[in-house]
Amino acid sequence: MDVLYFAWVRERIGRPKDVLETQAATVMDLIEELRVREVRYEAAFADLTAIRVAVDQELTDFDAPLANAREVAFFPPMTGG
Amino acid sequence: MDIRVQYDPFDLGQMANEFAMRQSGMGAIVTFTGIVRDVAGGLDLMEIEHYPGMTEAALTQIAQEAVARFSLGDVLIIHRHGPLRPDDLIMMVATAAPHRAAAFEGADFLMDYLKSRAPFWKKEITREGAGWVAAKDGDEAALKRW
Repeated sequence: MDVLYFAWVRERIGRPKDVLETQAATVMDLIEELRVREVRYEAAFADLTAIRVAVDQELTDFDAPLANAREVAFFPPMTGG
Repeated sequence: MDIRVQYDPFDLGQMANEFAMRQSGMGAIVTFTGIVRDVAGGLDLMEIEHYPGMTEAALTQIAQEAVARFSLGDVLIIHRHGPLRPDDLIMMVATAAPHRAAAFEGADFLMDYLKSRAPFWKKEITREGAGWVAAKDGDEAALKRW
Protein backbone atom coordinates (compact mmCIF):
# COMPACT_ATOMS: atom_id res chain seq x y z
CA MET A 1 0.00 0.00 0.00
CA ASP A 2 1.22 3.50 -0.80
CA VAL A 3 0.97 5.93 2.10
CA LEU A 4 1.39 9.57 1.08
CA TYR A 5 2.04 12.64 3.22
CA PHE A 6 1.48 16.27 2.31
CA ALA A 7 2.33 19.71 3.69
CA TRP A 8 3.51 19.75 7.35
CA VAL A 9 2.66 16.06 7.78
CA ARG A 10 5.24 15.34 5.05
CA GLU A 11 7.74 17.70 6.67
CA ARG A 12 7.32 16.20 10.13
CA ILE A 13 7.72 12.65 8.85
CA GLY A 14 10.54 13.72 6.58
CA ARG A 15 9.42 11.93 3.43
CA PRO A 16 6.55 12.16 0.95
CA LYS A 17 5.70 8.47 0.76
CA ASP A 18 6.01 5.05 2.37
CA VAL A 19 5.29 1.76 0.66
CA LEU A 20 3.95 -0.60 3.35
CA GLU A 21 2.79 -4.14 3.82
CA THR A 22 -0.01 -3.77 6.32
CA GLN A 23 -2.87 -5.77 7.78
CA ALA A 24 -4.53 -2.63 9.13
CA ALA A 25 -8.30 -2.97 8.80
CA THR A 26 -9.09 0.72 9.12
CA VAL A 27 -7.38 4.09 8.75
CA MET A 28 -7.15 4.32 12.55
CA ASP A 29 -5.36 0.94 12.71
CA LEU A 30 -2.88 2.21 10.13
CA ILE A 31 -2.28 5.38 12.16
CA GLU A 32 -1.59 3.25 15.26
CA GLU A 33 0.89 1.18 13.23
CA LEU A 34 2.65 4.31 11.96
CA ARG A 35 2.75 5.96 15.41
CA VAL A 36 4.90 3.20 16.91
CA ARG A 37 7.35 3.15 13.99
CA GLU A 38 9.41 6.18 14.95
CA VAL A 39 9.19 9.34 17.01
CA ARG A 40 8.68 11.52 13.92
CA TYR A 41 5.55 9.55 12.99
CA GLU A 42 4.29 9.85 16.55
CA ALA A 43 4.87 13.61 16.31
CA ALA A 44 3.06 13.89 12.98
CA PHE A 45 0.02 12.01 14.30
CA ALA A 46 0.02 13.54 17.80
CA ASP A 47 -3.09 15.65 17.21
CA LEU A 48 -5.58 13.88 14.97
CA THR A 49 -7.97 16.84 14.93
CA ALA A 50 -5.36 18.47 12.66
CA ILE A 51 -5.18 15.52 10.25
CA ARG A 52 -7.37 14.69 7.26
CA VAL A 53 -7.28 11.43 5.32
CA ALA A 54 -8.04 10.28 1.79
CA VAL A 55 -8.32 6.63 0.75
CA ASP A 56 -7.75 6.07 -2.96
CA GLN A 57 -7.98 9.84 -3.46
CA GLU A 58 -11.39 10.23 -1.78
CA LEU A 59 -11.71 12.17 1.49
CA THR A 60 -12.91 9.92 4.27
CA ASP A 61 -12.86 9.32 8.06
CA PHE A 62 -10.49 7.52 10.42
CA ASP A 63 -12.87 4.59 10.77
CA ALA A 64 -12.91 3.96 7.01
CA PRO A 65 -12.01 0.36 6.05
CA LEU A 66 -8.80 -0.28 4.14
CA ALA A 67 -9.80 -3.50 2.41
CA ASN A 68 -8.45 -3.33 -1.18
CA ALA A 69 -7.17 0.22 -0.69
CA ARG A 70 -4.12 1.01 -2.84
CA GLU A 71 -3.33 4.50 -1.63
CA VAL A 72 -3.86 6.33 1.67
CA ALA A 73 -2.91 9.97 2.11
CA PHE A 74 -2.56 12.03 5.30
CA PHE A 75 -2.51 15.82 5.29
CA PRO A 76 -3.62 18.92 7.23
CA PRO A 77 -6.95 20.68 6.54
CA MET A 78 -6.86 21.98 2.99
CA THR A 79 -6.31 25.63 2.12
CA GLY A 80 -7.21 26.05 -1.53
CA GLY A 81 -8.53 29.11 -3.33
CA MET B 1 -16.41 21.99 -18.01
CA ASP B 2 -12.76 22.90 -18.00
CA ILE B 3 -10.53 22.04 -15.00
CA ARG B 4 -6.87 23.01 -15.04
CA VAL B 5 -4.25 22.47 -12.34
CA GLN B 6 -1.06 24.06 -13.55
CA TYR B 7 2.36 25.35 -12.58
CA ASP B 8 2.38 28.06 -15.22
CA PRO B 9 0.73 31.47 -14.87
CA PHE B 10 -2.49 32.21 -16.75
CA ASP B 11 -3.85 35.28 -18.48
CA LEU B 12 -7.08 36.23 -16.68
CA GLY B 13 -8.41 38.34 -19.57
CA GLN B 14 -7.69 35.70 -22.16
CA MET B 15 -9.20 32.90 -20.04
CA ALA B 16 -12.34 34.95 -19.30
CA ASN B 17 -12.69 35.88 -22.98
CA GLU B 18 -12.25 32.36 -24.26
CA PHE B 19 -14.74 31.12 -21.69
CA ALA B 20 -17.29 33.75 -22.76
CA MET B 21 -16.74 33.09 -26.46
CA ARG B 22 -17.53 29.40 -26.21
CA GLN B 23 -20.93 29.92 -24.53
CA SER B 24 -24.22 30.12 -26.30
CA GLY B 25 -27.57 31.15 -24.80
CA MET B 26 -25.94 32.14 -21.50
CA GLY B 27 -27.04 35.56 -20.22
CA ALA B 28 -24.51 35.79 -17.40
CA ILE B 29 -20.87 35.02 -16.72
CA VAL B 30 -19.26 35.50 -13.31
CA THR B 31 -15.52 35.22 -12.70
CA PHE B 32 -13.64 35.15 -9.42
CA THR B 33 -9.86 35.47 -9.12
CA GLY B 34 -7.72 34.71 -6.08
CA ILE B 35 -4.48 36.68 -5.66
CA VAL B 36 -1.48 36.20 -3.37
CA ARG B 37 -1.71 38.77 -0.58
CA ASP B 38 1.16 39.88 1.63
CA VAL B 39 -0.90 40.16 4.81
CA ALA B 40 1.77 40.83 7.44
CA GLY B 41 4.45 42.34 5.18
CA GLY B 42 7.68 40.61 4.21
CA LEU B 43 6.16 37.75 2.19
CA ASP B 44 8.74 36.50 -0.30
CA LEU B 45 6.94 33.45 -1.65
CA MET B 46 3.75 31.50 -1.29
CA GLU B 47 4.42 27.87 -2.11
CA ILE B 48 1.33 25.91 -3.12
CA GLU B 49 1.48 22.15 -2.73
CA HIS B 50 -1.20 19.81 -4.05
CA TYR B 51 -2.08 16.13 -4.41
CA PRO B 52 -1.74 15.28 -8.11
CA GLY B 53 -4.60 13.06 -9.22
CA MET B 54 -6.86 13.75 -6.27
CA THR B 55 -6.80 17.49 -6.97
CA GLU B 56 -8.20 17.09 -10.48
CA ALA B 57 -10.77 14.53 -9.28
CA ALA B 58 -11.92 16.73 -6.38
CA LEU B 59 -12.21 19.84 -8.57
CA THR B 60 -14.17 17.90 -11.19
CA GLN B 61 -16.54 16.62 -8.51
CA ILE B 62 -17.04 20.11 -7.08
CA ALA B 63 -17.67 21.54 -10.56
CA GLN B 64 -20.18 18.79 -11.40
CA GLU B 65 -22.02 19.47 -8.16
CA ALA B 66 -22.16 23.22 -8.96
CA VAL B 67 -23.46 22.56 -12.49
CA ALA B 68 -26.20 20.27 -11.14
CA ARG B 69 -27.27 22.53 -8.26
CA PHE B 70 -27.39 25.84 -10.08
CA SER B 71 -28.13 24.58 -13.61
CA LEU B 72 -24.94 26.18 -14.88
CA GLY B 73 -24.17 26.06 -18.58
CA ASP B 74 -20.43 25.80 -18.00
CA VAL B 75 -17.67 26.00 -15.38
CA LEU B 76 -13.98 26.85 -15.64
CA ILE B 77 -11.53 26.29 -12.76
CA ILE B 78 -7.83 27.13 -13.01
CA HIS B 79 -5.63 26.62 -9.94
CA ARG B 80 -1.88 27.07 -9.87
CA HIS B 81 0.69 25.26 -7.76
CA GLY B 82 4.37 25.91 -7.07
CA PRO B 83 6.06 29.10 -5.85
CA LEU B 84 4.05 32.31 -6.24
CA ARG B 85 4.89 35.90 -5.38
CA PRO B 86 2.69 38.63 -3.83
CA ASP B 87 0.12 39.88 -6.35
CA ASP B 88 0.42 36.77 -8.54
CA LEU B 89 -2.86 35.19 -9.59
CA ILE B 90 -3.37 31.91 -7.72
CA MET B 91 -6.58 30.71 -9.25
CA MET B 92 -9.81 31.62 -11.02
CA VAL B 93 -13.27 30.24 -11.46
CA ALA B 94 -15.81 31.21 -14.10
CA THR B 95 -19.46 30.22 -14.26
CA ALA B 96 -21.96 30.65 -17.09
CA ALA B 97 -25.73 30.58 -16.57
CA PRO B 98 -28.86 31.94 -18.23
CA HIS B 99 -29.30 34.47 -15.37
CA ARG B 100 -26.91 36.22 -12.99
CA ALA B 101 -28.24 34.81 -9.68
CA ALA B 102 -27.23 31.28 -10.63
CA ALA B 103 -23.87 32.43 -12.02
CA PHE B 104 -23.03 34.32 -8.80
CA GLU B 105 -24.24 31.54 -6.52
CA GLY B 106 -22.42 28.92 -8.56
CA ALA B 107 -19.13 30.82 -8.27
CA ASP B 108 -19.66 31.35 -4.52
CA PHE B 109 -20.36 27.64 -4.03
CA LEU B 110 -17.27 26.68 -6.05
CA MET B 111 -15.07 28.92 -3.93
CA ASP B 112 -16.43 27.66 -0.60
CA TYR B 113 -15.82 24.05 -1.62
CA LEU B 114 -12.49 24.74 -3.27
CA LYS B 115 -11.20 26.30 -0.04
CA SER B 116 -11.64 23.24 2.14
CA ARG B 117 -12.36 20.26 -0.11
CA ALA B 118 -9.66 20.53 -2.80
CA PRO B 119 -6.25 19.19 -1.70
CA PHE B 120 -4.11 22.33 -1.83
CA TRP B 121 -1.88 23.63 0.96
CA LYS B 122 -0.24 27.04 1.17
CA LYS B 123 3.11 27.73 2.75
CA GLU B 124 4.26 31.29 3.35
CA ILE B 125 7.96 31.98 3.13
CA THR B 126 9.10 35.25 4.69
CA ARG B 127 12.49 36.63 5.70
CA GLU B 128 11.80 35.41 9.24
CA GLY B 129 11.02 31.85 8.20
CA ALA B 130 8.35 29.65 6.72
CA GLY B 131 4.93 28.53 7.93
CA TRP B 132 1.90 26.66 6.65
CA VAL B 133 -1.29 28.66 6.32
CA ALA B 134 -3.87 27.22 8.73
CA ALA B 135 -7.41 26.54 7.61
CA LYS B 136 -9.91 28.92 9.18
CA ASP B 137 -12.90 27.67 11.20
CA GLY B 138 -15.01 29.87 8.96
CA ASP B 139 -13.95 27.89 5.87
CA GLU B 140 -15.60 24.75 7.20
CA ALA B 141 -18.60 26.68 8.53
CA ALA B 142 -19.09 28.25 5.08
CA LEU B 143 -19.99 24.84 3.64
CA LYS B 144 -22.97 24.54 5.95
CA ARG B 145 -24.87 27.29 4.18
CA TRP B 146 -25.15 25.17 1.01
